[in-house]
Amino acid sequence: MQKFTKVISTAVPIPIEEIDTDQIIPARFLKALTREGFGANLFRDWRYDHQDKPIPDFVLNNDTYGGSILVAGNNFGCGSSREHAAWAIGDYGFKVVVSSFFADIFKANALNNGILPVQIGQDELRQVFEAIEKNAAEIFEVDLEQQTFTIVSSGAAFQFEIGAYKKMCLSKGYDDIDFLLSNVDRIIAFESKQEIY
Amino acid sequence: MGKTLFDKLWDAHIVHTEYGVDILYIDQHFIHEVTSPQAFDGLRDRNIEVFRPQKTLATPDHNVPTINQHLPIKEPLSRAQVQKLYENCALYQVPIYKLGHEKHGIVHIIGPENGITKPGMTIVCGDSHTSTHGAFGSIAFGIGTSQVEQTLATQCLVMTRPKTMRITIDGHLSKGVYSKDIILHIISKLTAAGGTGYFIEYAGSAIEELSMEARMTICNMTIEMGARGGMIAPDQTTFDYISGRSQAPNDELWDQAIAYWKTLVSDSDAIFDREEFFDAKDISPMVTYGTNPGMGMGIGDRIPPSHEVSNVEKSLKYMDFHAGDSLKGKKIQHVFIGSCTNGRIEDLRLVADYVRGKKRANHVQVMIVPGSKQVEQQAIQEGLDKVFEAAGFQLREPGCSACLGMNEDKVPKGEYCISTSNRNFEGRQGPGARTILASPMMAAAAAIAGEIVDVRQQLLAQHK
Repeated sequence: MQKFTKVISTAVPIPIEEIDTDQIIPARFLKALTREGFGANLFRDWRYDHQDKPIPDFVLNNDTYGGSILVAGNNFGCGSSREHAAWAIGDYGFKVVVSSFFADIFKANALNNGILPVQIGQDELRQVFEAIEKNAAEIFEVDLEQQTFTIVSSGAAFQFEIGAYKKMCLSKGYDDIDFLLSNVDRIIAFESKQEIY
Repeated sequence: MGKTLFDKLWDAHIVHTEYGVDILYIDQHFIHEVTSPQAFDGLRDRNIEVFRPQKTLATPDHNVPTINQHLPIKEPLSRAQVQKLYENCALYQVPIYKLGHEKHGIVHIIGPENGITKPGMTIVCGDSHTSTHGAFGSIAFGIGTSQVEQTLATQCLVMTRPKTMRITIDGHLSKGVYSKDIILHIISKLTAAGGTGYFIEYAGSAIEELSMEARMTICNMTIEMGARGGMIAPDQTTFDYISGRSQAPNDELWDQAIAYWKTLVSDSDAIFDREEFFDAKDISPMVTYGTNPGMGMGIGDRIPPSHEVSNVEKSLKYMDFHAGDSLKGKKIQHVFIGSCTNGRIEDLRLVADYVRGKKRANHVQVMIVPGSKQVEQQAIQEGLDKVFEAAGFQLREPGCSACLGMNEDKVPKGEYCISTSNRNFEGRQGPGARTILASPMMAAAAAIAGEIVDVRQQLLAQHK
């Protein structure tokens, strides 16, 4: 996994609440055998019509907006456990997703792929959407070490939470599996005393 | 201070705690074709083996066709994914119930029906509806593919302990109201995000009265309010269900197992982070009107105005419904009965009892997809297949099917499907498909009437 330190970028706004993983990547695109290439189908049914023509109203088809930060409405990533949703977001080029609330499994999947879910308050999220609406070229700074998300032009900085363990993993580029493999002796010892039926 | 059932089980599975996270031991891992290929690739990249192959069980379910399962899968990508699962299982010696095997089926159906799912276990699978297994008093939750790889590699996961919530439902259900209605009612009250961060224990007299299959329906949909899992303390109903199943503990171990399982309850003085209470008599047959499972209402209710439900305008536009509408009398074109939520034998029996001697409305296509080969065989043994045939319902072969439309079983754009599955997201049953979630009885009644009806009134009419 790549190390995550700071991201300084413009942002792509999707001010819709309850975006489920079926919207992020519809089930019919889950048939791949590798982790690559899912970005092409990110938000597929909002992005393309039934003849596969781009829907101009959708933000990913609008050149005004770009960058490696996705900003979305409350309860982002609810629904299925498909990690393909995180792969699609990462493959498209996003490194950070900002929302006022994330679904648990999506959050875990994002972190396991070096994508940082930044959870800020409802009111703070509204300020972020307003800043992008005012100026699509607005720059945001995400600082993992300081755990801050900053609207650069105004200097408004919002604090976000991340567990100490995941913060360490992201900043050093470690995976959970490295941590688990370093504990195999403990796992074997646990098994020897476990009673199960 | 006493402990909750959840905390007892979580504590019993902690291998080690460091950096504020727990290494949690996983007793049983299930895998399927869609979320596992990249996990096996990860093992290969690191040059490691499956740590405990006998603690994983594989089955292809998401992608498989539900007709002609004895023939090669036509769709090349689906075929490749199923083939990859077979190859990986052979290579790493992971047990598998392949397509056509007598124990094949949806992963969350076959665990319980073969006695693999038992009280006190930790169970994971790369599928959010793994919460189903919690009905047996186990900690069961869905995981992503990176975590599938971690479980294959070490039989453990790195976890942060969730908060606990108890939902108590007391009282008796009215006639025509089922466990699917209980869970749709709860989600409609607590919302699709209301349980996020929590692990839920369901309790109360209405839960105790339910069969194991009905309890599984409730735990199954726990994820639809954002909670990773839901559980129900095991009792005599649980023990009776497990007894005699192929992987249940045998004679001498059975008594020991029961003695242990009986300790799996929340202590009377245990404190939950949150408690919610419902009365069973307030629950009516439920239908969803929007595009997440929290957008549900009793069949006698009207779609609430937009200021009462977040994000509802976009949903109503997609569904072509309006605030103030009742769904009674709403024409439907498709009925889907199946999935890990409602694809068990009791569901099929209920539907068959209702439709015996009746016929589907001409404009309605009805698909019944059993959750497993064993459910299918049982249905045939009981003659339910004949009842369905006479009613114009098509009984197919097991799989996830139209719940998520990964195979050919899709609902066409713009058409309505009343479905016993678990998600009514945009496009879930096919691009542009409109899904209305309901109980198997509400689905059966709609199939006959050709429109959404209040099954309680149909049942009353039947008895006159």
